[in-house]
Amino acid sequence: MYPILEKRCLAEGIWLMKILAPRVAASALPGQFVIVRADERGERIPLTVADFDAKAGSVTIVTQAIGVSTRKICALEVGEALADFAGPLGHPSEFVRLSPEELRGRRYIFIGGGVGTAPVYPQVKWLHEHGIEVDVIIGAKNKEMLIYAEEMRAVAKNLYIATDDGSEGFKGLVTQLLEKLIAEGRRYDECIAIGPMIMMKFVALTTKKYDLKTTVSLNALMVDGTGMCGACRVSVGGRTRFTCVDGPEFDAHEVDFDEAMRRQGMYRSQEQRAAAIAAERAAGHQCRIGLDK
Amino acid sequence: MANRIPRVPVREQDPARRATNFEEVCYGYNLDEATLEASRCLNCKNPRCVAACPVGVRIPEFIDALHRGDLPAAAAVIARDSSLPSICGRVCPQETQCEGSCVLGIKGEPVAIGKLERFVGDWKLAQKPAAADLPPRNGRRVAVVGSGPAGLACASDLAKMGYEVKIFEALHKVGGVLVYGIPEFRLPKETIVAREIDEVRRSGVEIETDVIVGRTLTVDSLLDEEGYDAVFIGSGAGLPRFMGIPGENLNGVVSANEFLTRANLMRAYDEEYDTPIYVGKRVVVVGGGNVAMDAVRTARRLGAEATIVYRRSEKELPARAEEVHHAKEEGIRFRMLTNPVEILGTDDGWVRGMRCVEMELGEPDQSGRRSPVEKPGSEFDIECDVAIMALGTSPNPLLAATTPGLATDRRGCITADAAGATAREGVFAGGDAVTGAATVILAMGAGRTAAKAIDEYIRGKFAK
Repeated sequence: MYPILEKRCLAEGIWLMKILAPRVAASALPGQFVIVRADERGERIPLTVADFDAKAGSVTIVTQAIGVSTRKICALEVGEALADFAGPLGHPSEFVRLSPEELRGRRYIFIGGGVGTAPVYPQVKWLHEHGIEVDVIIGAKNKEMLIYAEEMRAVAKNLYIATDDGSEGFKGLVTQLLEKLIAEGRRYDECIAIGPMIMMKFVALTTKKYDLKTTVSLNALMVDGTGMCGACRVSVGGRTRFTCVDGPEFDAHEVDFDEAMRRQGMYRSQEQRAAAIAAERAAGHQCRIGLDK
Repeated sequence: MANRIPRVPVREQDPARRATNFEEVCYGYNLDEATLEASRCLNCKNPRCVAACPVGVRIPEFIDALHRGDLPAAAAVIARDSSLPSICGRVCPQETQCEGSCVLGIKGEPVAIGKLERFVGDWKLAQKPAAADLPPRNGRRVAVVGSGPAGLACASDLAKMGYEVKIFEALHKVGGVLVYGIPEFRLPKETIVAREIDEVRRSGVEIETDVIVGRTLTVDSLLDEEGYDAVFIGSGAGLPRFMGIPGENLNGVVSANEFLTRANLMRAYDEEYDTPIYVGKRVVVVGGGNVAMDAVRTARRLGAEATIVYRRSEKELPARAEEVHHAKEEGIRFRMLTNPVEILGTDDGWVRGMRCVEMELGEPDQSGRRSPVEKPGSEFDIECDVAIMALGTSPNPLLAATTPGLATDRRGCITADAAGATAREGVFAGGDAVTGAATVILAMGAGRTAAKAIDEYIRGKFAK
């Protein structure tokens, strides 16, 4: 069991949890993910690491309550524990392997969208700690749904915010904000984008125009997360790769996003049904069909 | 002994009924049936069955004890060579091993060795466990990677020799392929697998789940930081293969590993569990091994019309004969000499069918099996909404990639000698991680052989 040390609501339906998992904390690097299971009947859910502290033995995850399983995770409180917390999985971000010489002077722009902003944080923090100052764009629906702005400001050189309704920062999409920055004369060597699949697709299309190397972290469906099932198959440069062991980060210009988005919906009808059943149970409804004969 | 009676039939769940549930198919023998079947054994002077058993279980000896009604003795005979009789009795391909070389099989039916082994194993599990008689700890520590048949066997033998042993398992449940791969209806998880694992724990073995060696820890950190004197790698062959044909990434195409892991490990067939499984109405499983049979029969139990597509003929099916027989009884369709060339999709990217070609058998290949050749112009389509790929698995490259000095062959299998020693000092390996996907009994045998080698290695190293 993995105790929850801290829990905070970041925005409606988005929860930050600090988990006691010393082995994971000791090995984790930016870009990696963990597999989380809320309880004995729970699903194995992949979540990208949002922070880690080897000394304290803790790992931070940020979860958006969307389906039955993520709701279950988010419903747990401090003092309770997750049944499983396995990782770190996948490859760390590419820059982790670069030498200080290779890193020096490299101009990065990070783009975080929605709950995907959380896994951007450890990457920016790692680079900051290694003396590399980077620019960050955070995108959110509105001011209320904006997360990690303060934390990010502390580790980024420049923080830019985009909201759909303009309630905070730039009014518009992260891609429009990126184009604005480039039009204003900012130059980057690499873009790293994490967020909804549709956002990553359009970031890739935008940066392609500028021939800007772009990396995305894919949140594919997974079961084991260790290479056993292949549920997370994704086409990259025409080749089938497993997100869990070959990724989760890939060259955005090579990813088949349309296929990836379609594959994310593979279990949608079952998930909707499960959510409906869970909601009925929560409301105390007992199914009586067939019992009246 | 040696009654001239026909093989005692084994009681099974009715096919029509079992095709709708996940309870065990075969009920096994009761004491009377087992005793009667045991009486058929000729107790050959040169028992060919023992020679054909990968771990050399002294078969006539345990059958003789069973026939005399001395069950503790029968169990003790098996225990000398096999640590998982209840499991092997259920999943070994007996028809190509012990039973396949039984003299009685030449003119009639061989002795039901598997069913007798199972009976003895289950009897043993049902007994109150004796208080663990553990030898004093010798102060040396061994780490075991993976809790499948190889790891369990290696760990339990080492613990019985006095070593402090810890198994590291990547998944949340202990048992490896016994829990994620082989279905409940063939190998019950609570009554059999969990109990065999309890036995291993009782021998003093510790097990830690959620540890992915290669990521959470490494072989090096086990040796250098965690203070283990040796490491045994029994990480299996878990990486699924795909065909590389068009349409394989459509929604509705899954590996047998994914399908079975959802059903077995995650219990997706049970409404009380959260993991979803997509079954559809018509399922086609590509492949002819045990994993293909497990997948197709699981799909059937979940309500689908289920078909096996296999590129050779029925004679070449690598699955256990009993599984093929059971699958047919349960209404599984078999399309032999058929090979998919493309998965067909709807406009919105879901599977709608499989384009196949007919095959014919040509010359025997290196494995001695006649290799299938495509019949020109024989293309045809099969309608289906789920396609399950059961084409075999290979070892996960993670351990080799993160362990300097560990050699692998071109199939990704870890190179180890007959005793399990790898190119790296203090690191041993066995089971599917070394051989590629094989059988439970071979993995168990490799684990036990490696346990002996590890003991010798540690004794040699620390001998004063």
